[in-house]
Amino acid sequence: MSTLTLEQMIASHPFFGGLDESMLRSIAAGARQVELPAGETIFHQGESADRFYLVRTGRIALNIHTPRRGGHTIQTIEDGEILGWSWLFPPYRWRFDARVVEPVTAIEIDGRRLREQCDLDHDLGYELFRRFAALIGRRLESTRIQLMDLYGVSH
Amino acid sequence: MRDPMLPDRYAIDRVTRDTHDTFTFELTPLEEKGVRPFLPGQFNMLYVFGVGEVPISISGDPGAPQRLVHTTRAVGTVTKAMERLKRGEVIGVRGPYGQPWPVEAAVGGDVVIVAGGIGLAPLRPAIRYLLARREEYGRIVLLYGTRSPVDILYRRELEHWRARLDLDVFVTVDRAADDWRGSVGLVTTLVGRAPFEPGRTTAMVCGPEVMMRYTVAELGRRGVPEDRIFLSMERNMKCAVGFCGHCQFGPAFICRDGAVFAYPKIGRLLTIREV
Repeated sequence: MSTLTLEQMIASHPFFGGLDESMLRSIAAGARQVELPAGETIFHQGESADRFYLVRTGRIALNIHTPRRGGHTIQTIEDGEILGWSWLFPPYRWRFDARVVEPVTAIEIDGRRLREQCDLDHDLGYELFRRFAALIGRRLESTRIQLMDLYGVSH
Repeated sequence: MRDPMLPDRYAIDRVTRDTHDTFTFELTPLEEKGVRPFLPGQFNMLYVFGVGEVPISISGDPGAPQRLVHTTRAVGTVTKAMERLKRGEVIGVRGPYGQPWPVEAAVGGDVVIVAGGIGLAPLRPAIRYLLARREEYGRIVLLYGTRSPVDILYRRELEHWRARLDLDVFVTVDRAADDWRGSVGLVTTLVGRAPFEPGRTTAMVCGPEVMMRYTVAELGRRGVPEDRIFLSMERNMKCAVGFCGHCQFGPAFICRDGAVFAYPKIGRLLTIREV
């Protein structure tokens, strides 16, 4: 049975598909494999955002809590997806709680270190921002469609 | 020649409350000729006597045609009157009408079924058909999205399908309390997660038009050829036989040429507001 290196795992994740080898090395230098059990809170709203996750398997819920309406899940992050982009932009604080719903295997990447590398290597920075911008754009698009409450009335 | 506008009488044999605004009738024919055979994706015109007629997709099993099954959402005058009907009352039925899902053309390849909200009802006969001939298809994947956990249609059947080892079922909701353990997000996000080979896949999609547009985009991004993507369209149908023109959609009549269309036939029209 072959064991994938961190670099290979990162390269095989859909988010980083086709990434240049030297960039993969830079990202892998601050990465580690993690396994997170169901029920674990990965981060809380307001905490310092200094990392992100390439989810390989499992399900993570992004939650928001309101005093009167209780907790709500606004989105789940699952196989082949990315958890966390607040580490990229000031004030580097998480906007939601992230809680493991089904056991997760993921690669955790040190965001603070990667930010510093992006400052030194603008090609890497451009590539990362390009990919995260596309991700954020798609999530914004999904949110806008969800706001239409398509299934609530005839469309 | 039989008058195409004349309904047959059916007795309501069973009423099931599916969600707060959706219900299912099981109907048995009162005429001797019995239930007319139907294909997955076809619809009937249901007539609430003294109120009016509406097109409703057939949601039962084409392999068990002794009864007609129709799942309806109570949203208008006729469907709200229909919701008040009880077991034993009589309803008029004309049909079946319309073009079916391409279940025959899909043989030999993977099939991805994408349903949004009550859009699962017109796809249920196709799912039943595929499962009855399971060995003729590759992977079969059902992607279902709806508003919230309490709005999930055919919940017990979905759970049963999910337990099968030869069918991949993914369910997502647009919103949920934090005790929901399933997926939250648009049904389109499931397209990226689902296991199928795009080049040999036939996709059948039914739901709100906006949802279908974005689903087609996601299927395209995965590499499903446009001519293997099929949508079920909805417009205001009156005659159901292509006479009255109420359901005209560009050069097509939804009732006669659809409601199931291959995407290339209607894709361009979906973004034209005036159509």
